[in-house]
Amino acid sequence: MSIRLTNISKKFGQFQALSPLNLDIQEGEMIGLLGPSGSGKTTLLRIIAGLEGADSGQIHFGNRDVTQVHVRDRRVGFVFQNYALFRHMTVADNVAFGLEVIPKKQRPSKAEIQKRVSHLLEMVQLGHLAQRYPEQLSGGQKQRIALARALATQPEVLLLDEPFGALDAKVRKELRRWLRSLHDELKFTSVFVTHDQDEALELSDRVVVMSNGNIEQVNTPIELYAQPNSRFVFDFLGNVNRFEASWQQNRWTNGDAFLVPPEQAPLQQNGALYVRSHELALADKPNSQAHIPFTIVAITPVGAEVRVELAPIGWQSEELWEATFTHHHLQELGLQKGSVVYATPRTAYFFGEQGDGSPVRQSWPFLPPGSLAFDI
Amino acid sequence: MIFNNGRLRHKRVLPGFSISLGVSLLFVSLILLLPTTGLIMQTSQMSWAEYWGVIADPRVLASYKVTILSALAASLFNCLFGLLLAWVLVRYEFPGKRLLDALVDLPFALPTAVAGITLATLYAENGQIGSLLAEIGIKVAYTPLGIVVAMIFTSIPFVVRTVQPVLEELSHEEEEAGMTLGATDGAVFWRVILPSLWPALVVGTALSFTRSLGEFGAVIFIAGNMPYISEITSLMIFVRLQEFDFAGASAIASVVLLTSLLLLLLINLWQARYLRRIHGR
Amino acid sequence: MNSFKPLRVGEAPLIKWSLITLAVFLAMVLLLLPLVSIFQQAFVGGWERYIEHLSQPDSLHAIGLTLMVAALTVPINLVFGVLLAWSVTRFEFPGRKLLITLIDIPFAVSPVVAGLLYLLLYGNSGWLGAWLFEHDLQIMFAWPGILLVTIFVTCPFVARELIPLMQQQGASEEEAAVILGASWWQLFRRVTLPNIKWALIYGVILTNARAVGEFGAVAVVSGNIRGETNTLPLHVQLLYEDYQAEAAFASASLLALIALCTLLLKALVEWRQQRSLSANDNQEQSQSL
Repeated sequence: MSIRLTNISKKFGQFQALSPLNLDIQEGEMIGLLGPSGSGKTTLLRIIAGLEGADSGQIHFGNRDVTQVHVRDRRVGFVFQNYALFRHMTVADNVAFGLEVIPKKQRPSKAEIQKRVSHLLEMVQLGHLAQRYPEQLSGGQKQRIALARALATQPEVLLLDEPFGALDAKVRKELRRWLRSLHDELKFTSVFVTHDQDEALELSDRVVVMSNGNIEQVNTPIELYAQPNSRFVFDFLGNVNRFEASWQQNRWTNGDAFLVPPEQAPLQQNGALYVRSHELALADKPNSQAHIPFTIVAITPVGAEVRVELAPIGWQSEELWEATFTHHHLQELGLQKGSVVYATPRTAYFFGEQGDGSPVRQSWPFLPPGSLAFDI
Repeated sequence: MIFNNGRLRHKRVLPGFSISLGVSLLFVSLILLLPTTGLIMQTSQMSWAEYWGVIADPRVLASYKVTILSALAASLFNCLFGLLLAWVLVRYEFPGKRLLDALVDLPFALPTAVAGITLATLYAENGQIGSLLAEIGIKVAYTPLGIVVAMIFTSIPFVVRTVQPVLEELSHEEEEAGMTLGATDGAVFWRVILPSLWPALVVGTALSFTRSLGEFGAVIFIAGNMPYISEITSLMIFVRLQEFDFAGASAIASVVLLTSLLLLLLINLWQARYLRRIHGR
Repeated sequence: MNSFKPLRVGEAPLIKWSLITLAVFLAMVLLLLPLVSIFQQAFVGGWERYIEHLSQPDSLHAIGLTLMVAALTVPINLVFGVLLAWSVTRFEFPGRKLLITLIDIPFAVSPVVAGLLYLLLYGNSGWLGAWLFEHDLQIMFAWPGILLVTIFVTCPFVARELIPLMQQQGASEEEAAVILGASWWQLFRRVTLPNIKWALIYGVILTNARAVGEFGAVAVVSGNIRGETNTLPLHVQLLYEDYQAEAAFASASLLALIALCTLLLKALVEWRQQRSLSANDNQEQSQSL
């Protein structure tokens, strides 16, 4: 079922939890609501579920206006952050709950309910735990039971609040894959809330990035990564180096460091330059387009890659910069802790002080007008 | 967790083990345990036939019945009333809420004798409430119903004060989970909220029952104390004492004492079992 | 503005206000009315008669005796309660659970039975009583007997308030203090006491209320000797049974006044407790920010 949100806003007292926002979710899509805490993502999820009322706007499931429909009649599956399993019921009773509270006339027979419950428990691979109580289960098991319970009533919309937040890394990965395959198999529309970018990028068909009650960007994971449209999204997607630039002598400068942009009007101003760590080239001398000196302070292997931490020399940066290379490439470069290097971004995104807040993507080295060869 | 068991001599980190335990044991022995020796010696001097004759005396038997039935009625009433009070105090905001909350403890704070004479006066046929009830043909003071009223008054706080904290800590999410699964308010209350409150409710009611069984001061003034009709067991002990029949008093007291100890034990066991299931330990 | 239906169970205005009305009505009839009626009955004859009733020598003696018994009971049970709570929450030893259960006995035992237990032990026919009688020590039908049974019936209050709290708090703060070199007194005064302060005060208030008002147990051991072993509750009973209802209610109103103070203090303590808790929360929050 598709979901359409129009002009939804919400205030808690003086706090604007959601500014009026619109969102269209296609049938069968898996949407990740990604943002830091306080960004309004959970509030949005709860409004979709009907656990919270919006101050303005409409919610449509398909063509049906559900804005005024009570949560119990919206027929959504909701998985709570701490699972909210009923502690006094066995696992089987938990899963059966949604079926047993259907009004008598439509309710399936006892045998039918039992069949459906055992089928669901098989599906989440926990049939053998049917008679246990929630407190006897591990976090991952609880999560699966919470999912089975939410799916028991065959909802067309499944909402998940930080579904993997409380689990350790290994279980988390397993469950992610499993949820994805479940989603692909059962074809429900899913919306989940997360503050973990990896989770959002890995699971979602489209990611909704939120901050301060606004939607910053909606896009597929690939597009989102390739074209972040604001400084916030860039910062939040993480692992990015920032060069605070002031426009002087026809180049971006910061202390002793400078970078020359191609001659385009929108680039000739103060601003910030974002460079991803794998898009940074290091050399033992500067070139005519980039003079950004560093000392190498640490070289750390991280899985298949090596992370090089860089401290700026003669210019200011709030944080250390990071560059990543393959082990092989690092050996070729012959970098060592303590040595001085000069960085050149291969690709960077520039956010000017003036302008609409969207970045200009730029690559180095570029051919200056009239040149036929790189002058590096 | 591994605790040091005698063999592995390990000095305790915190000070005061021997003195605090020593004083506690001494106190418990002198104040709680030593006095029971008198009762044991007194009853052990009786033969079984004598003992049975005292505790199964028809008038005493009638007093058991009156006491147990009244306590049962009072605790069931308080189960419902206590749940209502706890619910209203936790879930709603309304003017005078703090006052109501404070008032709930009145029965614990007010001496039972004071409660007794007040209730007797209020519910007497010429009393404020008694006169109203007399018009519709209900007589409270000096009947078993009066005993129930006194027991209700003295044990109101038990259910409220055991259910209240549980209700406060009940997670909002379980309720919401019930609703997202399509349950009506009624279904959520019966199937999600009430089962969570159940253990506290049972314990509170059981405490209220135990207290009512032993209540003396508040009851004797309003009961009328008519043999076979409105005499409670505690009064039977008192009467035996005033007749200087120590043996008789001890025999009846031993029944009361064992009953209340048994109840206490059952409440503790039940609570422990339930907690184990909920907390998975 | 959308009108959104309330989401918690029982928030519908009709249900909400019917439940509140029912609860308040029942509380008025069952709790407030008796309380009001005590003072009503006490002042039937006006202030002068009221003062007159209370200034009878027997009344004054009963008040004095009651206050003395309470003044002795409270500190004894305070010390015992703290020591017991300390031993069962800070150390593991065989029989710990049994000790916690034993302390509940006075809650469960009928006060008349409690009185009887003491009478059988210390009375002239009891084994200890006979020996005491030979040495000319009178415990039963005298104030020491009243004191003993009062200690018995009130001994769980302080311990019962402290044990769950201290169990929940755990010993880590105290262990830290020991590691930092605190003596036992410093440990108690600067670490333990601030943490249990409110529960302790709460326990003392309850102990005091019960000590002042105990009736059944005291009735058994006092012997009701006017002007000697008559506590205030017994005095109330005596007057009431003598058909001096007005005088009885005058004395009863004093006890009711103490009860009201108890409720007030309790509310105050709870309020302070909550405030110090939320203050702590705020502090923690601002520290974590």
